[in-house]
Amino acid sequence: MKFTKAFLSIAFTLALIWALQTKFGPVPPLGKFLSPADGFWQNAESKHILAAHNLKLTGVTGKVTVKYDENRIPHIFADNEHDLYYAQGYITATDRLWQMDIQTRQAAGRLAEVLGPNLLEMDRYHRRMGIVYGAEKTLKAMMQEPAIRQMVLAYTEGINAYIHQLGPREYPLEFKMLDYAPEDWKPINCAFLLKLMSETLAGGSNEFAMSNILKQFGAKATNDLFPDYPMHEDPIIPIGTKWNFKPLTIPKPSAGFSAQMNDNVKRVVKEEGIGSNNWAVSGSKTANGYPILANDPHLNLTFPSIWYQVQLSAPGINVYGVSLPGSPCVILGFNNNISWGITNVDADVLDWYQVKFKDDKKNEYWYNNKWNKTSRRVEAINIRGQKTLYDTVIYTHHGPVVYEDKSKTTDHSPDFVPVGDALRWIAHDESDELMTMYILNKGKNYADYRKALTYFNAPASNFVFASKDNDIAITPNGKYPLKYKDQGKFILDGTDPADDWHGWIPFDQNPTVKNPPRGFVSSANQSSTDQTYPYYINWSFAPYERGKRINDRLTVMQKATVDSMRILQTDTYSIRAQDIMATMLKYVDASKLDKNQLAVLQIAKGWNKDFAANSTGATVFNAWWIKLYGLIWGDDFANKNLQSNYPSMDRTEQLLLKEPNSKWFDDIRTPAKETCADMVTKAFTSAVTDLVKEHGQPGESWQWGKVKKMEITHLTQQEALSSGNFESGGTGSTINALVNGHGPSWRMVVQMGPTVKGYGILPGGESGNPGSFFYSDMLKIWQQGQLKELLFLQSPTEASGRIKTVVTIGSK
Amino acid sequence: MLFLIILILTFASGYFLPWWVVAIAAFLSALVIGKTSRQAFWSGFLAVFIVWIVLALFKSIPNDHILATKIAHLFNLPGWGYILVITGIIGGLVAGFAALSGVLLKKAFEKH
Repeated sequence: MKFTKAFLSIAFTLALIWALQTKFGPVPPLGKFLSPADGFWQNAESKHILAAHNLKLTGVTGKVTVKYDENRIPHIFADNEHDLYYAQGYITATDRLWQMDIQTRQAAGRLAEVLGPNLLEMDRYHRRMGIVYGAEKTLKAMMQEPAIRQMVLAYTEGINAYIHQLGPREYPLEFKMLDYAPEDWKPINCAFLLKLMSETLAGGSNEFAMSNILKQFGAKATNDLFPDYPMHEDPIIPIGTKWNFKPLTIPKPSAGFSAQMNDNVKRVVKEEGIGSNNWAVSGSKTANGYPILANDPHLNLTFPSIWYQVQLSAPGINVYGVSLPGSPCVILGFNNNISWGITNVDADVLDWYQVKFKDDKKNEYWYNNKWNKTSRRVEAINIRGQKTLYDTVIYTHHGPVVYEDKSKTTDHSPDFVPVGDALRWIAHDESDELMTMYILNKGKNYADYRKALTYFNAPASNFVFASKDNDIAITPNGKYPLKYKDQGKFILDGTDPADDWHGWIPFDQNPTVKNPPRGFVSSANQSSTDQTYPYYINWSFAPYERGKRINDRLTVMQKATVDSMRILQTDTYSIRAQDIMATMLKYVDASKLDKNQLAVLQIAKGWNKDFAANSTGATVFNAWWIKLYGLIWGDDFANKNLQSNYPSMDRTEQLLLKEPNSKWFDDIRTPAKETCADMVTKAFTSAVTDLVKEHGQPGESWQWGKVKKMEITHLTQQEALSSGNFESGGTGSTINALVNGHGPSWRMVVQMGPTVKGYGILPGGESGNPGSFFYSDMLKIWQQGQLKELLFLQSPTEASGRIKTVVTIGSK
Repeated sequence: MLFLIILILTFASGYFLPWWVVAIAAFLSALVIGKTSRQAFWSGFLAVFIVWIVLALFKSIPNDHILATKIAHLFNLPGWGYILVITGIIGGLVAGFAALSGVLLKKAFEKH
């Protein structure tokens, strides 16, 4: 009896310990997670920061000094480049290890390994898109360049020096929450990070939807609704810039493409707001006579912040800016001589090819009038708590056949991937973007800038540049496939060599402009050039509004200062409203409105076209326009194969402004024949009804900042670790493009001159640890639209009151 | 006495050994000097309850409880105090049952 009691008690205690050591669903192992010895309490950082300490690390060859300023931004000084990148790896890992781990896993299709079977489909998609295949090729290219090889290896060594120091209790919080351990960093992870950038910025496509639209409406209507150049445009390379090169012969459209365009063959909505702004103003327009450069890349805003601020200094290099955790070098920044920044080009570098297999074995496919062999690549996907899944992907010479038949897809497979098609994507190619950054980091002048760009393949980016020598320039730069016009607007024919990519646009024929007469250069993801550029880059770009507003302001600006640039970066004036509001007000039929609706119409009429946080007019205009856009196209594009891939905002504006009698205004689901005025009025009344339903009677609750949702979310999507909803002005088509959690992930303004001065701010902080005082310490300043002067030290001995901690690293 | 020994052992191990070592400490202490079931359970429970709360506060006070507050919200609790007490209870339960097991085993071998 006594033994039974003792046995039961021991068994119960052991079961209790086991239960507290085990992860159940999303709940972390409670004993481990809550205990003060191993758990989250260990990640609570103290506000008392050591002023100085020493570290001994294996692998360091000289002495490294790291000075942390008041925002915990590291300023790294090393005796040589090996130690510099070693220290960058080590220091970045101390603040961002989990972010580096999870982003690499996301790109590599290895999330299910730690997060379980829910993530399996996402992993399969990444594997089947060929990201691993592309990263392996890129790694090879990186390792062939001695300087990059040394840099990547030193960076890797530094990260691993940090990982090897960690015991379970020191693991970053998220490892404890998700109950897994960090693993050694590998050089290929740096390549994965670059591929992830390609996926974010150049990984979407609407060719499947466009092909279905072509099938439903025919070539004439499709070309009318989806034109190759917008009505409103203000291109990046100023209109009229001469192309001083002899272009290559443009390939001929394939027979299949021509037939589609003759209507003879019977056979993913891109989100507004993932864009960015950059510009540089020549010394002739600035107060101090030297150029000023500005950049604010817009991305999905997250905690930890996407970017990590750092100063890197060693003999031959002294650079400040933001880096991507997981990649060496500064990606956007400045040194004493030059500054640079980037925005996305959105080039057409992802194409689908319909494959004709010989039989169900799929060992051969028809191409160039004969049967060709396919190859196969086996992807091993580890799944937490389950057996490893071996997934075979078929490759043609184009690339992976993402889903060769319906059996390979699931309910979670992305809609925009056409089944049975091979993917040709720039991210499959080897590339050496780090070389671009390495040269820019050390760059002295315009020649270095041009040299650096020759190494940059993808994602194609608008590189803006300014130098102390008073040069400014911009280059929509990348490796662009040589194509016939519109090649890749629709799904291509995988059997016809005429539909293959025909080589590349020569680098020196990429659009570029240096010191244009207007005294500034700028980009905001709009069309790269006017219609005289001989090559096809893409048929549609981001709408022109942000670019137009920037250019309007810079044109009239004189004696510009850093503050003029800061104010422009946070500008919320709506060019779209300027273009169409008067017309919408003209068509709305006031006689059909009730008293309440008339009051709202007054708000709209009195609006100053500014998407300020406290504006109610902005709320009314936005709801009204979105409603109108949906009413015009929702009926004609109801077929779900069209994936709600509506004609662009620009095309819709053209309809409103110039084609009020167009048949597209008619709602084909009703017997009546609706006109433009009917639709504008209907859109207005139903927008008002929706607003009243959601926000009550017009008043303070209708203010744009209160209506619009804006939050910075932690990568785990846990509300407790996120910023919470906050009020902000701006929308996707204003310069300060804050919408749906997207926005400026880094704002930077650099004043060139005898002494360069940089200003910048992150929407978050340097630390990735939610238990750190530096997790979101810069957010408030960012929300206020202010910048901080960046501390750019000229030597490790330069004194500054802003330095709070000095860490000295020596070899073990 | 049992309470004090478990308290000291837990405190000493808290900085370098895994969390479940508290169970071994409580179990062995009770095996050697435990008297009654009730005394063993409550000695184990209270000792670890107190030590874990004190150790957690060592980390959390200089942190102004910013992390503890976020973790409390993660578990849908209103404030850091709740997660602190839950931490103490979990540690206490493990040590309490371990001490109880210790004393029961001791009794099973005692001759009367």
